[in-house]
Amino acid sequence: MAEILVLAEHSGETVKKVTCELLTLARRFGEPAVVWAGPGAEAARDRLAEFGAAKVYVAAGEEFDEYVVAPKAELLAGLVAAASPAAVLVASTPEGREIAARLAVRTGSGLITDAVGIDEGLVAELSIFGGAIVVHSRVTSGTPIIAVRPNATTPEPAPGAAEIVPAGTGVSDAAKGARVTGRVVQEGGERPELAEASIVVSGGRGMGNAENFAMIEKLADTLGAAVGASRAATDAGWYPHQFQVGQTGKTVSPQLYIAIGISGAIQHRAGMQTSKTIMVVNKDAEAPIFELADFGVVGDLFSVVPQLIDGIQQRSGG
Amino acid sequence: MNIVVCVKQVPDTGSERTLRPADSTVDREGADALINVLDEYAIEEGLRLAEAHGGEVTILSMGPPRASESIRKALSMGADKAVHIVDDGLAGSDAAATSEAIAAALGRIGFDLVILGSESTDARMGVLAAMLAERLGLPQMSLASEVEIDGQAIRIHRQADYGYDKVEASLPAVLSVVEKINEPRYPSFKGIMAAKKKPVETLSLADLGIDPARVGLAASGTEVVSFAKRPPRQAGTIIKDDGDGGEKAAEFLAAQKFI
Repeated sequence: MAEILVLAEHSGETVKKVTCELLTLARRFGEPAVVWAGPGAEAARDRLAEFGAAKVYVAAGEEFDEYVVAPKAELLAGLVAAASPAAVLVASTPEGREIAARLAVRTGSGLITDAVGIDEGLVAELSIFGGAIVVHSRVTSGTPIIAVRPNATTPEPAPGAAEIVPAGTGVSDAAKGARVTGRVVQEGGERPELAEASIVVSGGRGMGNAENFAMIEKLADTLGAAVGASRAATDAGWYPHQFQVGQTGKTVSPQLYIAIGISGAIQHRAGMQTSKTIMVVNKDAEAPIFELADFGVVGDLFSVVPQLIDGIQQRSGG
Repeated sequence: MNIVVCVKQVPDTGSERTLRPADSTVDREGADALINVLDEYAIEEGLRLAEAHGGEVTILSMGPPRASESIRKALSMGADKAVHIVDDGLAGSDAAATSEAIAAALGRIGFDLVILGSESTDARMGVLAAMLAERLGLPQMSLASEVEIDGQAIRIHRQADYGYDKVEASLPAVLSVVEKINEPRYPSFKGIMAAKKKPVETLSLADLGIDPARVGLAASGTEVVSFAKRPPRQAGTIIKDDGDGGEKAAEFLAAQKFI
C-alpha cells in the first residue's frame, strides 16, 4: 500500500490535535507515515501509534526550530523522492502552508490549501469566498500536497506500529537563510488555540476597552473556549492581533462561535461564517451579524454576558 | 535600497464573488476590484523603508489589463514606478506558475527587498512569499508584524499563535507582512495626480522568457472537479433582552449540548 506522509504538528514532545486529525484522514488513502522534524519523537510515539501511524520518519535536529520553514520543506522533499508517497498531508496553518508551498515548488506538484475534507480519489473539499461557495478540487501534477484546515475532521483512534525510521541527512546551508534568534510568548497560553478550538468566544467594538475583554476571557474559560477578537478591537489595541478573526486575520470554523459586541461587517464574517452554531449578543438589532445567528440576544452585553456566565456555571455545576 | 512591492488586484469582498461556470476560474470581471488589502500594508512598509534608508519603490503586479487601475492606486500612495505582467496566457495560473512569472520579473527588475502582503483575500493561500523565497534562493522573512533594516541585516517579528519569533537574515530577502505592521497612508490629491505620469512597464510571457506551456489554466497543478453555491443559513431565534437574555442564552447552549 502506498504511504501517505503526514507532517506532524507538535510542540516539543506534545502532539497537536490536528496531527491526529491528519492521521485519521491519511488512513483512508494509504499507510500513514508521520514526518517528525525536531526533538520529541520517542516520547510522542505512543500517541502517534494510537491514531494509526505505521511509521514515524524522524529528523531530530535543532535546526528545524532554529531556521524558518525551509528545513522542513527540504526534509519532506527528500522523503517524497525516497518513499514515493501517494500524497502529503499538512495542517493548513500559516507555517504549514508555507512548508507545503516550498515542497510544491521543489517537487513540481500541485498544492491545495485549507481543505475541509478529503473524499475518494483524494478530491479535496474547500469552502471559499467566506463560505459562499463549496468547491471540490484535486491535484493533477506530481505528488498531491494537501493542507487541511484544523478542527475540520474528527480524530478517530486506530492502532498503528509507529515504527521509528531515522530520516534526513542534515539541513543544507541553503535552507538556513532565515534564522530564529528568539521567541516571545505572549498571554493566552492556557486556552485552546484559535484554529483548533471547538468553541470560540469573540469580542468586538462593543466591548469598549481592553479591560472589558476580561469578561470575554471569563466566558471563554467557563466553556473551555478560545478567545477571538474583531479587527476593530485589535486595531484599537484591546486584544493582541494574533487573535483577530476575519479577512486579514484567522478563519475559524468551530462547533460554536459566540460573537459579543461585534456588528458583523463582511471582513469579520469572512473569518467565521462557516461555524456550525453561531450565538450573538449585540445592542443593535440591525447589526448584520444577526443574519448569521442561530441564537441572538438584542441587548446590553454588560448585562447579558454576566448572566450567561452565571447560567453556564449553574448548569455545569461549577 | 531597491524595493519591489508585489500587488494583486482582487474582487471586492463586499461584492458577490463567483467562479466562472465555463472554466471554474475566479470571475475577475464581474465584481468590483481593488488592491488586496494586505498589499496596502506592504506598499506602506516599502514606502517607509525607502524614506528611512533611501531608495526606490517599484510596484510589481501580475494580472489582467484591469489590474492597471490598482497599479495606479499603488503609485498614488507614493511608489516610483511599476511593472505590470500581463498576458492572456497567464489566465488561470496556479500559485506555482504565478510565482514562476513573478520570480522571472524580479530577476529582470533587480531588488534588495521584495515585499508582499502575507495573503490575498480571494485565494487566501498565503504561499507566494514562500514560493518566491524557494525559487530565488533567498531568506523567507514572512508573516512580519515588525521589520528593521540595519545595513545588510534584516530583522523581523514573525507572527505566531503564541506571540512571535525574532528572525534575522541578510539582504536580499523576501518579506511578507501582516496587518499589525503599520497603518497604510491614504493617497493625497498630489499623489493621485503624480501617479498618472509615473512609468508603468508591461511585460508579456515572451518578455519574461517563459514557455507558455508552463503557465495558465492548462498547466495548472490542480483542477476543480465541481463547485456549487452553499445553501443559505436557516434563520435563527433572535430575542430581546428583557432582563433574562443571558439566562435564555444559557438555556440554548444547554439544549444544544454545549454545556
